[in-house]
Amino acid sequence: MIPQHIGPIDLIPLVPYIAIASILGFILTIVPGLIWIERVVIALMQDRLGPNRVGPRGLLQTIADGIKLFFKEDIEPKAVDKKIYYLAPVLAMIPALAAGATIPFASITFKMDDGTIRTLPVVAGNVNVGVLYVLAMASLQVYGVILAGWASNNKYSLLGGLRSSAQIISYELAMSLSIMCGVFISGSLNLAKVVESQAGPIWHWNVFQFYGLGFLATCVYVISMIAETNRAPFDLPEAESELIAGFHTEYSSMKFAMFFMGEYASMLAVSGIATTLWFGGWHSPFGSIDHFVPGAVWFLAKIGAIFLVYVWLRASLPRLRYDALMSLGWKRLLPFALAILFGIAVVDTLQTPVEKTPANVENASGRTSDPMSAI
Amino acid sequence: MNWELLFFWMLATVSIGSALAVVANKNPVRSALFLVTNFFVLALFYLTLSAQFVALVQVIVYAGAIMVLFLFVIMLLNLGAPESLRERGGLQAPVAIVLALSFLIAISGAGAISSGLPKSAATAASLEKGGEVEAIGHALFNPGLPWLFAFEVTSILLLVGVVGAIVLAKRRA
Repeated sequence: MIPQHIGPIDLIPLVPYIAIASILGFILTIVPGLIWIERVVIALMQDRLGPNRVGPRGLLQTIADGIKLFFKEDIEPKAVDKKIYYLAPVLAMIPALAAGATIPFASITFKMDDGTIRTLPVVAGNVNVGVLYVLAMASLQVYGVILAGWASNNKYSLLGGLRSSAQIISYELAMSLSIMCGVFISGSLNLAKVVESQAGPIWHWNVFQFYGLGFLATCVYVISMIAETNRAPFDLPEAESELIAGFHTEYSSMKFAMFFMGEYASMLAVSGIATTLWFGGWHSPFGSIDHFVPGAVWFLAKIGAIFLVYVWLRASLPRLRYDALMSLGWKRLLPFALAILFGIAVVDTLQTPVEKTPANVENASGRTSDPMSAI
Repeated sequence: MNWELLFFWMLATVSIGSALAVVANKNPVRSALFLVTNFFVLALFYLTLSAQFVALVQVIVYAGAIMVLFLFVIMLLNLGAPESLRERGGLQAPVAIVLALSFLIAISGAGAISSGLPKSAATAASLEKGGEVEAIGHALFNPGLPWLFAFEVTSILLLVGVVGAIVLAKRRA
């Protein structure tokens, strides 16, 4: 519990700024750690040593790699479209960072000056259309990859870019539909309200709601989120055995590092959305008895668990063939997600008692309650 | 000068500049990119008019989906040599000038007519409400309002489009 004022400073308007600063700081600093975790865990799964030379347990290996990339010669191939070639890595990173703006990752309880107690979500933009904002940013994600593939003037890069655009458009449909399932269960497009609707013990989380339908929708979301972030087994845009390195073949030094950062930032963003929509956001699985661990820690733990699933899948599954990827997206996931959405809508309609609120009666009788009439 | 006006002029500059660049650029990929910029700025315009929902749908549908397909097709056709695309002669330029002039006259005429009309009773708060998802949903799905029929007819139109695409794809295979 924090007082509303510290000295003359009112803390409540500062919450969004704290949220922006912590999201940007967190994403930009955690990426080397994530890369280290990924390499160590994959090494464990494949029964080999992994990074172990630089620092204790190879912990400083990613930092050494970062320094190397920073000081490496910036090679620019001859026949590239220069402006777009330099624009692409930036475009790959910005949407991923921006998507964090509507994800609430903790809650703060304030003791107001008049003695009342108010709990606020820590989120940069607590807007009514948070889910749509996240979808918009996810749909802009693809530009970096497409433009990198085209501007490089290399046929492997171009193939990578083309594959990526088709893949992301296809899986965006299944992802949007499964997100809509989550919105349906929670009854709000505001991500902070989505999290608040899942308060309480673990079976209040959306993933366990609606007689298993929530779980199926979560599965669809997780599959399409892996495809959206171009990670194994859906990493066809880079597919080193067919396309050398796909869209970033011609990129070196810091530009390559920015693609790398963008990939991990978008993984963090989609994991954050998964946590928010399905796994209860900042709530602890033990419900109201848990007052000791702050919400941000639970949020981080859930994101970390999803990241480990990413690594686990990468270590265990082979890459899909391109036509198999397309038929999975369009012929399996999309109809399946539609069916789940339909099922959730049916269950929700059956559960909602018909109530005669004044608004209903008014609407039935005529055009009296025109919400646009004020305009 | 207040902030809103300043913001409007900034957006207007970027919007008109990118729209001109779409037409003036010889490289089709760059043209498409400027079109994306233009759509994005349009979304920002909607945001300044407190239409959050329309703004984000604009980004998702136009900038995120339709323009990606545009780029996909441009790259697939690999329109590399812009010179071969240039049309010689043709009626394009005079027709474009006539159309642009008549559009300009229509717009300024509409401005002149509407300046004589009574001012809308909307306040900032009521506009804020009207742009929210709830308000748009109520307006679209309320049987008492005239928009439900148009909405359902549009959905049938989209369904026809989807079925048509499948029929065309099946015939070729």
